[in-house]
Amino acid sequence: MNENNTKSIWKVIGASSMGTLIEWYDFFIFGSLSIVISTKFFPAENPTAAFLSTLATFAAGFVVRPFGALFFGRLGDIIGRKYTFMVTLMLMGGATFLIGCIPSYDSIGFWAPLLVLILRLLQGLALGGEYGGAATYVAEHAPLGQRGYWTSWIQTTATFGLFISLVVILLTKGFLSESQFDTWGWRVPFLLSLVMVYVSYLIRKKMKESPEFSKAKAEGKTSANPLKESFGNRYNLKFVLLALFGAAMGQGVVWYTGQFYSMSFMKTVMHLQSDQADTILGIALLLGTPFFVVFGWLSDKIGRKWIMLGGMLLAVLTYRPIYECMYQLSNAAKKVRVNETSEIPNGAQTTEILSITKTQYEDQTEITKASMIHQSGKLKGQPMIKTTVHLAGKNYMLLILLIFVQVIYITMVYGPIAAFLVELFPVKIRYTSMSLPYHVGNGIFGGLLPAVSTYLTTNAEASNTPQFYLAGLWYPIIIAIVCFIIGSIYINNKSTPSAHE
Amino acid sequence: MNNLKKFLGILWIVLALVTAYFSIFELALPKISTGHQEDLVFGIIILCILTPIISIGLGLFGYYSLLGEYDQEKM
Repeated sequence: MNENNTKSIWKVIGASSMGTLIEWYDFFIFGSLSIVISTKFFPAENPTAAFLSTLATFAAGFVVRPFGALFFGRLGDIIGRKYTFMVTLMLMGGATFLIGCIPSYDSIGFWAPLLVLILRLLQGLALGGEYGGAATYVAEHAPLGQRGYWTSWIQTTATFGLFISLVVILLTKGFLSESQFDTWGWRVPFLLSLVMVYVSYLIRKKMKESPEFSKAKAEGKTSANPLKESFGNRYNLKFVLLALFGAAMGQGVVWYTGQFYSMSFMKTVMHLQSDQADTILGIALLLGTPFFVVFGWLSDKIGRKWIMLGGMLLAVLTYRPIYECMYQLSNAAKKVRVNETSEIPNGAQTTEILSITKTQYEDQTEITKASMIHQSGKLKGQPMIKTTVHLAGKNYMLLILLIFVQVIYITMVYGPIAAFLVELFPVKIRYTSMSLPYHVGNGIFGGLLPAVSTYLTTNAEASNTPQFYLAGLWYPIIIAIVCFIIGSIYINNKSTPSAHE
Repeated sequence: MNNLKKFLGILWIVLALVTAYFSIFELALPKISTGHQEDLVFGIIILCILTPIISIGLGLFGYYSLLGEYDQEKM
């Protein structure tokens, strides 16, 4: 590849990745701020119900993604990749900005959660259209034999988008007091999106249509009905099913376990301080992100199949030991206590906190137990104990390592998958055909992971299963095993089906 | 390998049926019947989105496998 071509493809990568990164950022800040959103937009009588309502909205954001894939995929295969993913970018940016502008439930009542739900659905639709367009656009610019490497830059955007969302939230919290953040500061990450989307729009506006699509259009070889050709044609439909059950669903659950289940596990099972859990995840994501490119590049050399399936198999074999080790890092029963102090806050009788006990352990772990009174809901007036764990020293490093290992699995399954999906389908129906299995796999199989895993854990706890905290892992493990078996038997390591060549 | 793919086709169809049963009767309906709003949303998503995708999709995948659509010469 000569120097002009290299410069040109870097421009393509830069413009595509920037937009996709912002879309992921927009999508993730909602999830990262779900607790504060629940108190602002949903009836606050019962905080748990409000939180679960937000999770439902979060799930709604994932469930509509395949519909966005169908709608925008069809447009992308008819009018072109460039214009379609410009529309998805504007839609996402607009919806995110507006979420930051909605008055709270206290101000406008029922309209607040309704508007949030509608905007969240629009975010899901936009994301459903964006990813397939960006991956297809980059792949169609990439030289033959290097699609894995070049599309892997697009693959970094999802993880990096989550990282940026965590950083923006931590910085906003850092600059503001707790009450300022709670009153209006949480809106800042949403409002910032408008600036980022505008910059990305200016960059994308200058881009040209993909060469493969332009050629197909000039020759009159584009599809008049991409949905019918993608899913009404048995030859193509069998590849859509193979992409979903042999790659995308396993990728979806590995991706969500490493990035979201791990975060939830640290906060709700290990009771780690929220900021410390975010920081640990942020460090692991930052260290792991370059490996998307490494595995994308490697997939050009040795094939996509075994890298993706290798990531799934490693996840299946090691998830339980990894999470057992994570759990033991915060398990006070196995630690040696060195010091304990108790205090009663001033005015304890009028505040919700009755007393605070801090215990230090030999391995530098500090566990704080705050004795409190429920302030609302059915349990109002009842006592409760809130536990917060703070890790330090080698335990802190070990936890980063355990999360980092899971991020590496993500990079293995996710790094090569854009090139794999793009190469599975012909140019004229590529956008539609690759977007659907990706968003069903990632959005539905992956997006429902927190809810299904929480359900499994709750059931195991209710039935007094000794390692109930590991029960939620059965969902990703079973999905990944089935996906590994299908992928290893049915997928060829050769990238392109012969009929597409 | 072609015979193995066809044989596994039966397994995928059976798995699709088992998953449909588990999703509907063990996961979705008990959640819907609790009467809690959040459980209702979860149950409906499982019943209307996840179950059809797994059972119809995996069943169709198994059916195509059984017909030999994934044989080496057809890929």
